[in-house]
Order: sequence, then C-alpha cells, then structure tokens
Amino acid sequence: MLHNGSEFRKKVALAEMLKGGVIMDVTDADQAKIAEDSGAVSVMALERIPADIRRDGGVARMSDPLLIKEIQNAVSIPVMAKCRIGHFAEAQILEAIGIDFIDESEVLTPADESYHIDKTKFSVPFVCGCLNLGEALRRIAEGAALIRTKGEAGTGNIIEAVRHMRAVQSEIKRVQILGDEELVSLSKNLGAPVSLIREIKETGKIPVPNFAAGGVATPADASLMMQLGAETIFVGSGIFKSDDPEKRAKAIVHTVTHYMDFIEVAKASEGLGEPMKGIEIETIPDEQRLQERGW
Amino acid sequence: MKIGILALQGDFELHGRMLSTLSVDVAYIRKPDQLNSCNGLIIPGGESTTLTKLMRGAGLFDPIVSFAKNNPVFGTCAGLIVLATDLVNYNLDTLGLIDLSVERNAYGRQIDSFIDSVEFCIDGKTDFFEGVFIRAPKIVTIGENVKVLGTHDDNMVLVESEQVFVATFHPELTDDVRIHQYFVDKIRKSR
Repeated sequence: MLHNGSEFRKKVALAEMLKGGVIMDVTDADQAKIAEDSGAVSVMALERIPADIRRDGGVARMSDPLLIKEIQNAVSIPVMAKCRIGHFAEAQILEAIGIDFIDESEVLTPADESYHIDKTKFSVPFVCGCLNLGEALRRIAEGAALIRTKGEAGTGNIIEAVRHMRAVQSEIKRVQILGDEELVSLSKNLGAPVSLIREIKETGKIPVPNFAAGGVATPADASLMMQLGAETIFVGSGIFKSDDPEKRAKAIVHTVTHYMDFIEVAKASEGLGEPMKGIEIETIPDEQRLQERGW
Repeated sequence: MKIGILALQGDFELHGRMLSTLSVDVAYIRKPDQLNSCNGLIIPGGESTTLTKLMRGAGLFDPIVSFAKNNPVFGTCAGLIVLATDLVNYNLDTLGLIDLSVERNAYGRQIDSFIDSVEFCIDGKTDFFEGVFIRAPKIVTIGENVKVLGTHDDNMVLVESEQVFVATFHPELTDDVRIHQYFVDKIRKSR
C-alpha cells in the first residue's frame, strides 16, 4: 500500500522534522540567512513573494534555478521551492537541483486545468494546499507528503486560512462519528478515496502532517492557527513585507513553540513595528483569488 | 519514572508515543522548572539550528547541562547534533554533553534520505533495527569514553557515554521500541 512504503515514509519523515516550526518565504540569499538566523526550520525560495505576485499580475512561474541554488548555498536548513499546479517538468527541474520539498502551489499560475502532478513518481516530497478535507485527501492520494491550508496568500489576512483549517478539522470529526456503512457515500461526496477516509475514522487525523499557510502576519495569527490544529506555520509575505523582518521572524518562531503560553505570546507580540498592510478579501475579485486554483 | 522530552520544535510527540507504549510517564519540556520532576531527557529530531536558538530563548541551555550531570539524556538526529562537543564545518552553539564530532547533513539533501537496516550490538547480542535516516548527520570521531552500539555500512550511528545516548537516525519513526527501551533501562541503571 502506497502510504506504508519506505519511499513515502521518508518523505513524511522530513515533514515530521519540521513540526512546531516556521517556514519562511525568501527571495534572496540575504533574506534566507536572516530567516535561518531567526530560527526558521526551512525557507521557501521564491523570485517574488505572494504579495508582489498579486500586485504584478501576469503569469507566475517556477523561480530561476540559479536563484534557488544561491539560497541553497546560503543556508543549512531544508530549502523548498514552488512549481505550478500540474507542471511536472518544473518539478523535475526542482528535483534535479536537489530541492528538499516542492510546493505544488496555487500561488503560481496553474499549468494544467485538469490534473495535479503525480507526486508518487518523485523522490522529493511535495506539499500541497487545500480548502477542505476532500481536497487534502485527493492530494495525499496523488502522493503529497504534507498538506497545508491555502488561505489567501499575499493578503496578510488570516480569515481564509482559518476557514480552511476549520473545514478540515470539522470534516475529520464528522468522519469519526459516521458509521462504517456511510463512508463510501462520504467518499463520493468528498471526491476522496474511501481507504483514506477509513484511515481517518481510525486515527482521527489525516495521514500526513497538516500545516497552515496563507495570510499569517503576526504572532497572534500564528498562535491562532496552531490552536486550530496546525502543526507548523508557513509565513509568506508576512515577514519580509513588514517593518522589521528579523524581529518579526524571531517573534513568530518563539510564538509557534510557546503558542499555548499566552504570556510568552504577549511578549513576542510587543514592539514589532508595522505588520504588512493587508488586504480585505471582499475587495479581491473572484478571478484573482488564488485559493480557487486547484481541484 | 518520568522522562522529559524537549518540546521546542521537531518530532517530540513521536518520542512521546514510544514512551507511552513503554508505559513511561512523559513531560513535555518548554521551561527549565519542568525538568525538576524528570529522571531522563530526550532531545528529538528537528532542525538543530532552530533547536539551539529556542533552547537559548527559553533559558534551557544551562539547566539541561546541569540536569545531564545526574540524569541520562537521549538524542536522535538533530538531538545528537545539539548534544555533541564538536561540529565539522559548521558553527553551532551546542550543549557539548557527549565527546564526539559530527558532520551535519552528511549524506546530502532530502533526496539522499533513506531507510535501511542498522546493525546494533547490546549486551553482546547482535541484532538489526530499521534505521530511518533523514538529512542525517555522520559521527566523524568519538572520544575514548564513548562506546559504539550500532553501525550502518562503516558509519557509527548509535553510540553512548556514561550519561548520554545518541542516534543519527530516528527510532521514533518506527513502531519498534527496543532503542527507547534501552534508554529507559539506562535510566534505571543510573538511579
């Protein structure tokens, strides 16, 4: 079975090592060093952070491998990079340069309107975004070793990540109270394999780690997502679009470790300067909402 | 018996799962005073750069060093790195509790991670254990008070001193509790 094979287990194992940490978007070697020195468990190497992709428009693609290599050489922590949804040739390039984790990401412009990448064909692990449990399980069935909320990247607005995390958690609870005879019908409604749904009924969780992404801007946002069930936090535009990236990066790292210790979270939240400005979701036209990408 | 698990970052819950299987009480350690009731400590896998910074930030560095004078400590992967006296090619603020030098990410990047059989010899008996090596370090040299318990190819992957026990791989990522059992026994013997 797919999810017990050693290839899959070693992919999930790296995700296990990232738990309780912060993964930061960086656009050059200097930012990568700042992230590592602030305690990031991993960096996401990107040409442009989501807030700028949103502002610039046009087609957003995989970053230049040369830039990614400069970032790989600058830090000792795992380096992630994004490829377009369905663009397995970009993923092959990222695997060839030894990237540690590939994010098949809705932040870039999708390359295939029907199919995501068959991630079982790769040795490198993949992370994918989801809006709900059905989408999470479809990605896991394709071989994703890590799931994250989509949120709404580049907005600095946490509401969408909260919606997606709550949806996944409440659907997991629902699976647990259903009778065995109801699971096939649920599988049809969720559009997800019944084998994975049965596994959730038994274990009470999805079979891979579950992280939060898309809109985290403050230590309080990070604490909120951890308390809603995230096991690690991705911070995209939130750090390097703020007034004092280094201080904010350290504060979010500290918060994720101590997220249930509110005195520590309060201390971490002090005097950070201006966070990124942020965008009200209602002001984003439907066709510009990144979370609608993927299926 | 109660064993503390450093819970700042990494796969600490998986170590907790192993100890629960062995019916040992667990304390997740985020603050120095939480060490007081413990008879041993586990430093889990994770990112060693992150772990050392968070240990400093939480004021746990010196308390762990003094705790280790009287109580056994077990580290896996990043936990090993954090416990080592010396790092090859990298500058990191480590606890220096076991006399060995270690090379970080010595096998390469994630695509070079692997699962393979580890040969280990405890109490004169040789046996095998499934070794999960994830961006794993390599032990380069060991001090004279450090004993090799396990090898993979020609690499030392499981070693111990009087108080400290370390693995370059992740026994907590299997369902096999023998290595955790060995640590529990080590604590019993030391008391």
